[in-house]
Amino acid sequence: MVNPLQSKEYYSSYVDKITPNSKTFKNILIAFLVGGLICTIGQIITNYWLSSGYSKEISASLTSVVLIFLGAFLTALNLYNKIGKRAGAGSIIPITGFANSIVSPAIEYKSEGYVLGVGAKMFVVAGPVLVFGISSSIIYGLIYYLLFM
Amino acid sequence: MENKRIGNQTVKLTNPIYINSTYSIVGPKESEGPLAKYFDNSVQDAFYGEQSWEKAESKFCLSSINGCIAKSKIPVSDFEYILAGDLLNQCTSSSFAIRETNIPFIGLFGACSTIIEGLAVGSMLIDGGMANNIVCSTSSHFCSAEKQFRFPLELGNQRAPSSQWTVTGSASAIISNKGNGPKITHTTIGKIVDMGITDANNMGAAMAPAAINTLKAHFEDTGRKPDYYDLIVTGDLGYIGHQIVIDSLKADDYDLNNNYTDCGILIFDKEKQDTHSGGSGCACCGTVLAGYLFNKLQNKEINKLLIVGTGALMNATTCQQSESIPGIAHAIAIEN
Repeated sequence: MVNPLQSKEYYSSYVDKITPNSKTFKNILIAFLVGGLICTIGQIITNYWLSSGYSKEISASLTSVVLIFLGAFLTALNLYNKIGKRAGAGSIIPITGFANSIVSPAIEYKSEGYVLGVGAKMFVVAGPVLVFGISSSIIYGLIYYLLFM
Repeated sequence: MENKRIGNQTVKLTNPIYINSTYSIVGPKESEGPLAKYFDNSVQDAFYGEQSWEKAESKFCLSSINGCIAKSKIPVSDFEYILAGDLLNQCTSSSFAIRETNIPFIGLFGACSTIIEGLAVGSMLIDGGMANNIVCSTSSHFCSAEKQFRFPLELGNQRAPSSQWTVTGSASAIISNKGNGPKITHTTIGKIVDMGITDANNMGAAMAPAAINTLKAHFEDTGRKPDYYDLIVTGDLGYIGHQIVIDSLKADDYDLNNNYTDCGILIFDKEKQDTHSGGSGCACCGTVLAGYLFNKLQNKEINKLLIVGTGALMNATTCQQSESIPGIAHAIAIEN
């Protein structure tokens, strides 16, 4: 029998072989269903605002506000991580997941105080999303301006 | 002076070093696990009545030290040293707990191998006539470890199948040159082994090569075979690391199929408790030794035990810098 430790390269491929993989198909399916469910809930909320006489833009903004509140609220109740454990990307990608990624470090680092804890660490997870999201929107805007203005 | 060294890495202790008493205290999840009845104490509040995870971990540590000293019936003034360490930055769980004890303190960092490192160093101190009674202690906490090494607890992410669950709790053991009961007879201090694993979600694979190296050194130095021992236990390699140890030692003609397990496998029920590749953390090896294994040794269900503490010597920054994870493993033989 070959010793798995004979070289770093062999060990790496051996470890890959014996390490169980994530259940990709199941994870993708649940992510699709839960992500779709969150979006459907968002659509129901939007329809409510529209039927209450708000404009399309105002309804979209109000819906975001409600979903962000729900994401934050479920995080504070220690429920969003339990949904995320099963749903994975299905609950990370929607705006509720963004709320979760900001509220969860705010809770975690409260013990270091409001300035150096909550304030400084709040964006420790969402920070990269904001940096690269805003950066790419600027690049997109510049390209759009140069091509079409 | 008589030389106690045998082989390259092993010390054969010439005086009996008794494990006088042990004490284990665990958190809520561990108290629902298969070893629940073996622990001295369990706490259902992960905060342990404190305001932060760090304070809670330190309180676990102090409780186990005080509990162990009370069980030993040795007066506090008779302890020459406390040997302790943990996973948090600069080992504050241990030192903050130990500032309450008034016993000279030697801080150790061996990551999750700390309790075995402490027992090994402590045994050698006593065998060399430098001390009579020593407390060894360690602690870990799922929440403080997640906070320091991974993500906030409430973040809704998924854990990798190879990830392990940090044990919440603390374990202490008192070793002494007087008494009766199980004795530490050999110590094998391990070398750092790094086989290039960079995945912080696969600690078992990162630490297993160090455990293999130390086990082989122990067998070569002592001339013993795996079947000399009733049980060989590693610290927190989990299911994946356990498999690697069996496979690799089999290639070197050491058969570990019959009497080898891992504390990370023993402490949780993988299916019911959803702990993926098993338990980890300083308290994993610590509480399984202080609770379950010491009980079996005292009842003579196990008479010869080889326990190998395993540690991953990285921190959150080195992982972000894509450095590989060095492993360490120390072994002690405990015999009746």
